Amino acid sequence: MGIQPTAQVPALPDGGAGTSGGDDVHLPRQQRAGSRRDFWRFLGVKFSGAMISLVLVLFTAFFIFRVIGGDPVKAIGGDSAMTPEQRAEIEERLGLNEPMSVQFWEYIRSVLTLDWGTSYVNNQQVTDLLLGRLPNTLLLTGTALVLAATVGIWVGARAGWQQGSRFEKSQVGISLALWSAPTFWLGMIVIIVFSVQLDLFPVNGMRSTRGVGDGFWPQFLDVAHHLVLPALTMAAVIYAQYVLIMRSSILEERGNDYLTVAKAKGLRDDVVRRRHAVPNALLPTVTLIALQFGAIFNGALLTETIFSWPGLGLLFYEAIRVPDIPLLQLLFIFFAGTTIIANMLADILYRFLDPRVRSSA
Amino acid sequence: MTTDQTGPDQTEPDRTGPDGLPEAAQDGAAVPMAAAPAEPALAALELTVRFNAPGGRTARAVDGVNLDLRPGEILALAGESGCGKTTVARTLLGLERPTAGGITFQGRPLQYGTKALKAYRRDAQLVLQDPTGALNPRHTVYDAVAEGLRIHGIHDNERDRVADALSRAGLRPAEKFFLAYPHELSGGQRQRVVIAGALVLDPKIIIADEPVASLDASVRGEILALLMRLRDDLGLSAVVVTHDLGLAWNIADRIAVMYLGRIVEIGSVDEILTAPQHPYTRALVSVLPDSPVGEPQVLAGEPPDATDVPGGCRFHPRCPALAGGEAEAAGVADDCRRTELPVLPLGQAGTSCHLVAARAQAVAATP
Repeated sequence: MGIQPTAQVPALPDGGAGTSGGDDVHLPRQQRAGSRRDFWRFLGVKFSGAMISLVLVLFTAFFIFRVIGGDPVKAIGGDSAMTPEQRAEIEERLGLNEPMSVQFWEYIRSVLTLDWGTSYVNNQQVTDLLLGRLPNTLLLTGTALVLAATVGIWVGARAGWQQGSRFEKSQVGISLALWSAPTFWLGMIVIIVFSVQLDLFPVNGMRSTRGVGDGFWPQFLDVAHHLVLPALTMAAVIYAQYVLIMRSSILEERGNDYLTVAKAKGLRDDVVRRRHAVPNALLPTVTLIALQFGAIFNGALLTETIFSWPGLGLLFYEAIRVPDIPLLQLLFIFFAGTTIIANMLADILYRFLDPRVRSSA
Repeated sequence: MTTDQTGPDQTEPDRTGPDGLPEAAQDGAAVPMAAAPAEPALAALELTVRFNAPGGRTARAVDGVNLDLRPGEILALAGESGCGKTTVARTLLGLERPTAGGITFQGRPLQYGTKALKAYRRDAQLVLQDPTGALNPRHTVYDAVAEGLRIHGIHDNERDRVADALSRAGLRPAEKFFLAYPHELSGGQRQRVVIAGALVLDPKIIIADEPVASLDASVRGEILALLMRLRDDLGLSAVVVTHDLGLAWNIADRIAVMYLGRIVEIGSVDEILTAPQHPYTRALVSVLPDSPVGEPQVLAGEPPDATDVPGGCRFHPRCPALAGGEAEAAGVADDCRRTELPVLPLGQAGTSCHLVAARAQAVAATP
């Protein structure tokens, strides 16, 4: 209770005094200069961290595919029985007869010269294989990501804002149900219902085998038609993360006084949400999106396999059955590398979005 | 727009006397700007706000409050946590819809339509306890202050208006603060930014909920002095919600003391603090240094629960006058326990207490 009747209210400051009322004044400008130096140090730390991770990935990529087993020679030879001479010849061509240390040296050399070698299966350059499949993966995962993120953030923000409403409860329930559904199961259900039973969309692939003509629009519509089911399946699986993260960070923001102040200044409730709560709540979600950015390149192994979508995921799946070691190595490094870089960019982006992180990190 | 502080500062140098008592206590008249016939700037009429509490109970957060804020005065709304003072403040701002009763602003009932409420919110501004929370961490000082202007579509001279509001709130030179973020400022500076954000719309009323409770003692005085200067220079009316009677003593013209959703005593600051009537107010005043009441009284019993309001006088379970036998001696102990007290009428000083009423009657009866 009342403690300080004698807390002296100082004599009213005279109007002419040129300074603020006595608090020590931080100088934002000086602080900016300091924070610029901090920023470069921050970039350096993040960058070197990413480099270290990449080096570890390089080593892992060599060993992991030699440890998992499988016999590429047999896969290349096909069903026909091989004489030991044929076998030895293939082994020598692939360099598999060399001792591990020599193979490793060869691997390092190939990494440094960016000459990743040819596929065991069809003698194509593995880089060509990757580049050929990359656009398909970007199309599928990009579509799914944009879909899941926009719908998820929108729904999550509303759900968090109307805590306890029927909307919130039903949306959280739907998200959790989708999240719990395994991709392969969901994919098969979707195929059975929409392709087999209702015959609305093609079962698999990216283009019709019958051909649809050469024009841009027929091609475009054909691919779009094939894209619907895999993109929706993939979006459904990652959708829940956006809803739940956005919802919880909106809930966190909701308790803040500045929302009350904004409302008391006359801002409509939904504008308070859009202009104040959502931008601040987006921070964790942005990190999530940036992390998923790695996933754009990784492709979705399960989704692509189920729908036979000719992307990197399917390529990886096919390669691992051989095992097509040069291709696997390249894909592994590509997947891991893009994820590491995406994480690094997420860190940097976060700094630009949040002034508090900017000066304290 | 510009404010010339020299005049008022000289005519009214310092309201606080050497012993901490407001000078108004010696003048007698506590309302400096009340020359005009006092139509209240803002009034609450039989205000009632109920909330649904868990377990199907109803919390009577505000349970019949008559309150008027006169033009150019600072009214302190005091009481302990949970007495409903913050709910009154929020309801006065239209952030909470009253369950019953209503708010009048300049004599007209407050409408809750989107447009009417928006217009009202240009005239009544909110200052909250914690300036760190009250500022959006990702908005610069300039954006924070200019937001009110943008909401209300005032686009001319935005820069000048923002600079003017900042310097009126004591941040000078204002331009230096434009691009700062809240986390780069001290607590007192942040609170000044919040106040500048309120001032930029030239409001008629400021409602401040514990405006200095989260600030350092050294900064508190400055913020309070700022509020008083705004009243004196701009004729602002302010409701200051506080749990600290000492603070009310320093800046307020009148005090309303709340207990469990009701105002138990209201009057000018010198009346209430030099001669408190209600046993609850007396207990609050008794713990202040140099208290006129004598021995410090510490209230016994549990803090009040708005979902379970006691019958009779709602203070009776903790009332020291009832426990000490004074009420018995005056013959009102039964009333204290059973008879509900009427709501204090609007616009006059008063005390809501059976014992005080009985004593007043006794005085009137003796020739």
